[in-house]
Amino acid sequence: MSEEDAIKAEGLTKVFNGSLVAVDHINFSVKHGEIFGFLGPNGAGKTTTINMLITVLKPTDGKASILGYDIAKQNNEVRYSIGLVPQEYTADEDLTGIENILLCADLYGIPREISKKRALDLLDLVELTEFKDKKVQTFSGGMRRRLELACGLINRPKVLFLDEPTLGLDVQTRAATWNYIKMLKKEFGMTLFMTTHYLEEADALCDRIAIIDHGKIIVVGTPTELKDSLGGDIITVAIKKDVDITGLVEKIEHVKEVKKENDSYMIKSANGEVTAPLIIEALRKEGHVVTRLSLMKPTLNEVYLQYTGRSMRDAEDSGEAIHAKRMMMARRRH
Amino acid sequence: MSGMNNVSKSKIHGLWALTNRELKKWYKAPTVFIITLIQPVIWLGLLGNALNLGDLVSSNSITFPADLASQFTPQQLGILNQFFSNVGDQILQSTFGTTSYISFMAVGMIAFTALFTTMFSGMSVVWDRRLGFLNKVLSTPVSRAVIILSKVLSATLRSMFQAAIILLIALPLGFQFGAAFTPINILGVFAFLFLICLGLSSLFIAINIRSTRMETPMAVMNLLNLPLTFASSAFFPIERMPDWLQAVANVNPLSYTMNGMRQLLINSTIDYSQLALQYAYVGIFAAVLTTIGIVLSWRFLNK
Repeated sequence: MSEEDAIKAEGLTKVFNGSLVAVDHINFSVKHGEIFGFLGPNGAGKTTTINMLITVLKPTDGKASILGYDIAKQNNEVRYSIGLVPQEYTADEDLTGIENILLCADLYGIPREISKKRALDLLDLVELTEFKDKKVQTFSGGMRRRLELACGLINRPKVLFLDEPTLGLDVQTRAATWNYIKMLKKEFGMTLFMTTHYLEEADALCDRIAIIDHGKIIVVGTPTELKDSLGGDIITVAIKKDVDITGLVEKIEHVKEVKKENDSYMIKSANGEVTAPLIIEALRKEGHVVTRLSLMKPTLNEVYLQYTGRSMRDAEDSGEAIHAKRMMMARRRH
Repeated sequence: MSGMNNVSKSKIHGLWALTNRELKKWYKAPTVFIITLIQPVIWLGLLGNALNLGDLVSSNSITFPADLASQFTPQQLGILNQFFSNVGDQILQSTFGTTSYISFMAVGMIAFTALFTTMFSGMSVVWDRRLGFLNKVLSTPVSRAVIILSKVLSATLRSMFQAAIILLIALPLGFQFGAAFTPINILGVFAFLFLICLGLSSLFIAINIRSTRMETPMAVMNLLNLPLTFASSAFFPIERMPDWLQAVANVNPLSYTMNGMRQLLINSTIDYSQLALQYAYVGIFAAVLTTIGIVLSWRFLNK
């Protein structure tokens, strides 16, 4: 593959019903073998973007390519080279595990003698071998998610799309799913494009993250870059006497910014662990009594807050949020 | 790791896989299958057997008043009874084309089952969308036409099977084959069923593919179900209907299907020019609706 990027989007746009702009002229590229995450709250345009990239929806404007194949003009080539792990459980409940995988294989026209072996290998990979002849009805949420993963891998895709891969899963199953995702990158060198609205997930898995809100990409970077862009760690200090210590603290090593907030000071530092003891020492020397000190490493939540002006926690998934999202997505196709 | 080299690139790959999925879902979870059978069987039992119209005009339902009967010898009474019985049979024969009303109705129920089954299968497309299965399939290299065709095909196969079951159930209830019946006619009946199911399922899939809620198709199905059934020759021949109902029944493709199947199954003679007309009508209906259904669905899937 001479093409440098596994996925490339230029001005990609989707407008529904002539007025609802779901995805608004986004540009990004994903390198080969990279895990790229789309992070954003419900309704930000993540699933619409995936649907365009996997050739289910036609872009209203702009273009995108996967492995150099144009998603609009060469959609058949795109379809042969990608896999999808949808956020819903799409496996048929009345069919067994292996029947579901073989059905997926047939959709790619893979001959039975090849698909049978592949299906068994994949069932082994996702640790479902002993359940292969059981109806999916009897599967737990985690097992179904693994089955979806196996289905998405049946055509040995070079690029795998994962739409909210851990939505609604419990903590253990989520951790297990993360391990599978990491393994796909490591063992198969697969390019993975995933959407999520879990900050920890994006942080733990993604090589690079794009924060998307209201259909627009706000910022793209590695998790570390994004966190660093906030200016480092935040130290909060309170002292007994009501005197201004700004001038004193500013001179301390690594300190970038000092702000007084009510009765305490917010200090940004490039290296909080080093700065915090220095602050205490400097204040003591001047006879101040430190009553309170805290050190906070920035998380993606702060990054998110910084760039969108809203807390990501507000959009965390309650049962209703998932339901509302499903309904919205379903209606979008009208 | 080349996914492209070892796959067949035929235009219709996946057709049987998707059709078979529907069929498997159907016979592995037979609830819907049984429900679709219950209703026509109740109709058959109630109207065809319990409330048998044929009994009204049979000699059993005619008793002579005692003073009238006393004027005849037993031998004469026997002849009279025979006469009325013959008149009754003639009325039945000229009205229903057979002396057995349950046979007349059973054929109606076969067509009714086809209608019911295609409606149910049409609704499955709503689930496929809601549960994300449709999206998943759309991301694979299966042709869009194959996605719709598999739905049509599975609905058709299911309907044909269920219709055959109705025929089998009708036999112990008193179904009588007509004088013109030969086993080869069964093939003709299946040809009718194939055509009508093709048309109906394309229609229902095109109606349902746009909706994301079950309520919409339910309402549409209910709206269509009643007129399609009663404004047809399912229970009563069209010629005996009031003019306004005749006008509807005469364009209803189900009427042509039923009348054609009756010719093949229960009538004493077959009017071949009529039969050709019936095949032509149902055939054109199937061709037009399948084309419209597939084009509409295809355009929707390519949005």
